[in-house]
Amino acid sequence: MPVKVIIPTPLRAYVGKQETIEFEASTVGEALHLLTTRYGELRKHLYADDGRLRSFVNVYVNEEDIRYLQKDQTRLKDGDTVSIVPSIAGGSRPSVTGKI
Amino acid sequence: MSDTWLQIAGGLVQRMRALGAEAYPQECCGALLGRDGETAREVLDLLPLTNRRNDSPRNRFELTPDDVRVAEQTARERHLELIGWYHSHPDAPARPSEFDRQHAWPWYSYIILSVQKGEAQEMTSWRLHGDRGSYDSESIVCQATISAAPSGAIGRERV
Repeated sequence: MPVKVIIPTPLRAYVGKQETIEFEASTVGEALHLLTTRYGELRKHLYADDGRLRSFVNVYVNEEDIRYLQKDQTRLKDGDTVSIVPSIAGGSRPSVTGKI
Repeated sequence: MSDTWLQIAGGLVQRMRALGAEAYPQECCGALLGRDGETAREVLDLLPLTNRRNDSPRNRFELTPDDVRVAEQTARERHLELIGWYHSHPDAPARPSEFDRQHAWPWYSYIILSVQKGEAQEMTSWRLHGDRGSYDSESIVCQATISAAPSGAIGRERV
């Protein structure tokens, strides 16, 4: 089941500037595993040390956020598009209230 | 050691400074639209965006995936590229914080504007290094003038 993975601009330097890459994958997790296996430098930008996707990395199957589906177990079918879309965050210093 | 440059039209520098001062004491944020070259990038337009961190806007900013998509679409419509982001640090230096580093993406230019007591001060630009442990600073070149950029030394700093 070939699926298309869309690479966000900030990560294209790690995949030979490709905008999309196709994989044979049954789930989102499998597609991302294949992606980070083939392009190892992507891993640290997509995953935190605990092995979870970083909070600012958003993954969609077609137009649906996998957080509202089955996360990395979301099943894929032929022709699906898996999009990696950034959130952008930052800030000056820790809050006095302790909020992240 | 970084030898990249960020060229910005003087009018856009003034516009960012005004946006930072207007948002004070909250953080302002937005997209940088322009063109990416081998050793220099040009910021040719700005897209101010709404800071989604309603809970902590004085020291945090956030843009959602939909905001990023809007920025990308706007860039395409203007025949430009989405090359980075700007945000302000109210009463804090124009240096990437640990939180900035943890949440940064490689490749993008990140402009940080220090706004002290409501007045825009230093402006710097940074790119996350590939190892995620440091930033490479970019020299800002204000295209309206020939004199040196407001700030920005070439080099890498560990955050």
